[in-house]
Amino acid sequence: MEFAELIKTPRADNVALHRPFYPAVEGTLCLTGHHLIFSSRRQDNAEELWLLHSNIDSIEKRFVGSLGTIIIKCKDLRIIQLDIPGMEECLNIASSIEALSTLDSVTLMYPFFYRPMFEVIEDGWHSFLPDQEFELLSSVTDEWRLSGINKEFSVCPSYPPIVIVPKSIDDEALRKVAMFRHGSRFPVLSYYHKKNGMVMMRSSQPLTGTNGRRCKEDEKLINATLRPGKRGYIIDTRSLNIAQQARAKGGGFEQEAHYPQWRRIHKCIERFNILQESLIKLVEACNDQSHNMDRWLSKLEASNWLTHIKEILTAACLAAQCIDREGASVLVHGTEGTDSTLQVTSLAQIILDPRCRTIRGFESLVVREWLQAGHPFQQRCAQSAYSNSKQKWEAPVFLLFLDCVWQILRQFPCSFEFNEQFLIMLFEHAYASQFGTFLGNNESERSKLKLPQKTMSLWSWVNTSEELSKFQNPLFEANSLVIWPSVAPQSLQLWEGVFLRWNRPSKFLDEAQEEMFSIIKYNKELQAKVNALRRQLAELETDERMQENL
Amino acid sequence: QVENVRLLDRLSSRKAALGTLYLTATHVIFVENGSEARKETWVLHSQISSIEKQATTATGCPLLIRCKNFQVIQLVIPQERDCHDIYISLIRLARPVKYEELYCFSFNPKLDKEEREQGWKLVDLTEEYNRMGVPNNYWQISDVNRDYGVCDSYPTEVYVPRSATAHIIVGSSKFRSRRRFPALSYYCKDNNASICRSSQPLSGFSARCLEDEQMLQAIRKANPGSDFLYVVDTRPKLNAMANRAAGKGYENEDNYSNIKFQFIGIENIHVMRNSLQKMLEVCELKSPSMSDFLWGLENSGWLKHIKAIMDAGIFIAKAVAEEGVSVLVHCSDGWDRTAQVCSVASLLLDPYYRTMKGFMVLIEKDWISFGHKFNHRYGNLDGDPKEISPVIDQFIECVWQLMEQFPCAFEFNERFLIHIQHHVYSCQFGNFLCNSQKERRELKIQERTYSLWAHLWKNRADYLNPLYRPGHGQTLRPQMAPCNFLYKFWSGMYNRFEKGLHPRQSVTDYLMAVKEETQQLEEELEVLRERLANLQKSQLNDYKVTSKQQDRSKQSGLSTSDNSLANTPQEYSNDLKSFPSRSPSQGDEEDSALILTQDNLKSSDPDLSATSDQESGVEDLSCRSPSVGGCLPSEDSGKDSDEAVFL
Repeated sequence: MEFAELIKTPRADNVALHRPFYPAVEGTLCLTGHHLIFSSRRQDNAEELWLLHSNIDSIEKRFVGSLGTIIIKCKDLRIIQLDIPGMEECLNIASSIEALSTLDSVTLMYPFFYRPMFEVIEDGWHSFLPDQEFELLSSVTDEWRLSGINKEFSVCPSYPPIVIVPKSIDDEALRKVAMFRHGSRFPVLSYYHKKNGMVMMRSSQPLTGTNGRRCKEDEKLINATLRPGKRGYIIDTRSLNIAQQARAKGGGFEQEAHYPQWRRIHKCIERFNILQESLIKLVEACNDQSHNMDRWLSKLEASNWLTHIKEILTAACLAAQCIDREGASVLVHGTEGTDSTLQVTSLAQIILDPRCRTIRGFESLVVREWLQAGHPFQQRCAQSAYSNSKQKWEAPVFLLFLDCVWQILRQFPCSFEFNEQFLIMLFEHAYASQFGTFLGNNESERSKLKLPQKTMSLWSWVNTSEELSKFQNPLFEANSLVIWPSVAPQSLQLWEGVFLRWNRPSKFLDEAQEEMFSIIKYNKELQAKVNALRRQLAELETDERMQENL
Repeated sequence: QVENVRLLDRLSSRKAALGTLYLTATHVIFVENGSEARKETWVLHSQISSIEKQATTATGCPLLIRCKNFQVIQLVIPQERDCHDIYISLIRLARPVKYEELYCFSFNPKLDKEEREQGWKLVDLTEEYNRMGVPNNYWQISDVNRDYGVCDSYPTEVYVPRSATAHIIVGSSKFRSRRRFPALSYYCKDNNASICRSSQPLSGFSARCLEDEQMLQAIRKANPGSDFLYVVDTRPKLNAMANRAAGKGYENEDNYSNIKFQFIGIENIHVMRNSLQKMLEVCELKSPSMSDFLWGLENSGWLKHIKAIMDAGIFIAKAVAEEGVSVLVHCSDGWDRTAQVCSVASLLLDPYYRTMKGFMVLIEKDWISFGHKFNHRYGNLDGDPKEISPVIDQFIECVWQLMEQFPCAFEFNERFLIHIQHHVYSCQFGNFLCNSQKERRELKIQERTYSLWAHLWKNRADYLNPLYRPGHGQTLRPQMAPCNFLYKFWSGMYNRFEKGLHPRQSVTDYLMAVKEETQQLEEELEVLRERLANLQKSQLNDYKVTSKQQDRSKQSGLSTSDNSLANTPQEYSNDLKSFPSRSPSQGDEEDSALILTQDNLKSSDPDLSATSDQESGVEDLSCRSPSVGGCLPSEDSGKDSDEAVFL
């Protein structure tokens, strides 16, 4: 298919661009296969806006006489308005944008066409491989092994080819366990807590059904992670009620009788359309222009977004507490083990493991616990807050995770190597990107699409020193401790950097950031100078002493 | 003195400290048992807002003390009789009847007389009006209130338009509630626009007063660039109209030439008192859900009221800065809402008030000198509970909200605001005593007590905002709309004693520590450069063998003194580490685990469910407790009852 077929009017002049907090700008609008480009003709302050079609969430058109207006709502929550003279041009442009922003085929997406303008020093597709992770693990314990059982994605389509499992469990047993777990997602290692050797595993729900089916191999597998005489915790991310209902559909939960060494705790983390609707309501409230203070708080409350944040964080804290404080191993699962499960396991690691609070470590966490773990990004992030499609599989699961990370970052502003911008960048790229990283729903799909060969990895770009400098937190001081965030309502806030990003003036906040940077930069410069002088002085003094000795 | 008293932690009932309770003439003191690091909790009697004796339980008699600085203390006293005694004593001590009983009359910071006098001179209003540019061609000091003869709640020195004669002032004062005639609050020397303040006119349904009309005329004429004057009534229109029936009311545009009259609905002190009460109830909830909290916050209306005050301030600041029009502000008596609104507007208009010194001056000017009734509003002496209202608390919160929106615009930090709020209630310093300047002079406050401003100024390093940019623009222009979401709950104030709720690492403290280190580095750099220069010189001299001996001794002398002065790199980082607030979680592990764990958590406990139940007592995980509780019997009772229990 040629994109040109979809573009009837590739260019319109005298278009006015309206954005909140900026004066309207007049300029030329161009449509290409993947971008909407607006450039102002003003000589003094030439400005260009490049918008990926895949970033467009919804589009509305209005007419006043022959002046058409298109309102474009983006997945990054920005809203822009374009006034286009000429009804036909406007209609053409609107329909092109509509078609181009809802392309069916993944292979037509921009990442397949994008050619990087930067020098690739490190190929991000190979930056975070399970082998490296295992190497780190085997330096502290020999109780685990790498299993290639899923090499051709034959056992579990949503798992990566290589997974880490208890050494004492062979592939034959794994195959049986896979039959007993939803979507074949058998328990695998998620995190090893070096401090006390406790582990966190994740899986999907067991297929106990109504007649209480059991699987000896499954029991053996998870028991293999327990120390003699110790108990573990199973954190089920569903309420007991929902877990019980799941049995009617063949799912279920671990029965006490068959897992006597495990205590099960149910937490209720919402999924799917409940989350999507929560996002829609929240964004609606944030975009509401009315002056009434009352309405704002009740709308914020009614969106339930912060309630979800609180629930997810609480479950993650609980998992971390079981591991670090109770000295117990933990198994986390919900239904499929691809959404709330990953929120809990990844946040628990941020709390427990200082490595996950570095840039590199966080990237590795996203790769391990989200991309390789089979979070279906393409389905979940197909649309954002302005979509009308309301597909069941759309849900801001990853955005909620990032929001939770931001909440912890806000409470421990000096313990993270990265800053808020880093999290916002990940949010943007999960929904629309020139990179292939977040395409596909799992490793199997990515491999079929040949993404590593045909597209550029987000990490190749992020980890260039120029980009990295934008994401570094100047306040960072390595903190090797476990960090326990507060999840009291007073401690949780709306993530303004994302939700109010386009509707609040940012000048004064940016200024504060700059000031912070310059305070720390100046300090570092002075330190360097002082150290240099000290060295010089020491050298001179030794010279002096030597001369004395002469 | 009572022993074996338990101090409960509000967030988890199991975390209690055993200790001894002491009552002194000025404080309640709780000293925790334990040999090392005796933790003490001191509460000033004047901070106590209410004491509640709760039903006796098996463990003892609980006593709940709520403080005006939002601390809530829960004590359990073993003996009912002791508890009653303490209760009775505290009720008496918390409600003194004479000023002389207040702490400031016994507080002695060990300063001599001269230092005390210097302290009181730190903030000088005459100097402040000079800074604004008055007296000048349009404005003068009037001595009409010399002996508080015209208005006993006004200061002796009042600035009025030059064209307003004593006759006009006195005439106007008779037409105003409590004789609070229009007087200058802020003068903008760039465009001659001014903010004046007064109380409501006694207009009733039709009364008018020639002198009052002339007074407003005079104010308008003192700003030759503008042909009208805004009159802002900060009350809701309904309240103002109701006042007319009592012979009070508001200005009739027909009677006054060239005024534009405007209502800005800020609610009265009773509404505000109830609103705060409701919000504090939300803060006190044991483990609220997100909905409980947000719903309660909204229902209290607190942030709506804060926004109303800010909006009024913004309106006035805009009129003065952008339109160049003078404004007369009043409410009913002109000492609550008027004080809030005038000071918010001044703060927006003039960067000086955003400095530490300027902020002290602002409070002195708009609150203390113009007779804000501190004693009544903050209940320093036992009085009518209906007079109590968090008026200045709201102003302080407005400042905090502005600091959140303009992080570089203020020289001071959040701690400065919190400490001022604390001392409004503490009565440790004389500044906020009484209801008017007249009363303070009669009590000879300046001779008998100390000034808070001097105390804060002495410790100003603690109150600096590291991000402050002195060159920050003249007028702050907060957004009028849509800015609802810019108003946030201030947990640093209203939950200030619940450290667990706050960010564990303070950016402000971190940056202050960095800045301090930077300063030390600068000094060291200077010293090093000097040494280097000397050394290089001496090495040059080394070639001249003759002077070598002498130089060397000089050199070694320098270097010893340097070593004692300058720190080694290790010492720098130790310095930083010992900063308690820079990154508290790095201090020791227990600290960073503060919230989710409990000291008394026994992981060896064979009854796992009991252990986890303890955890769930911790605020954060409480929603977990039902299911955990349900799990306990299921373990004993086999597989099938398992589900029954969960259902």
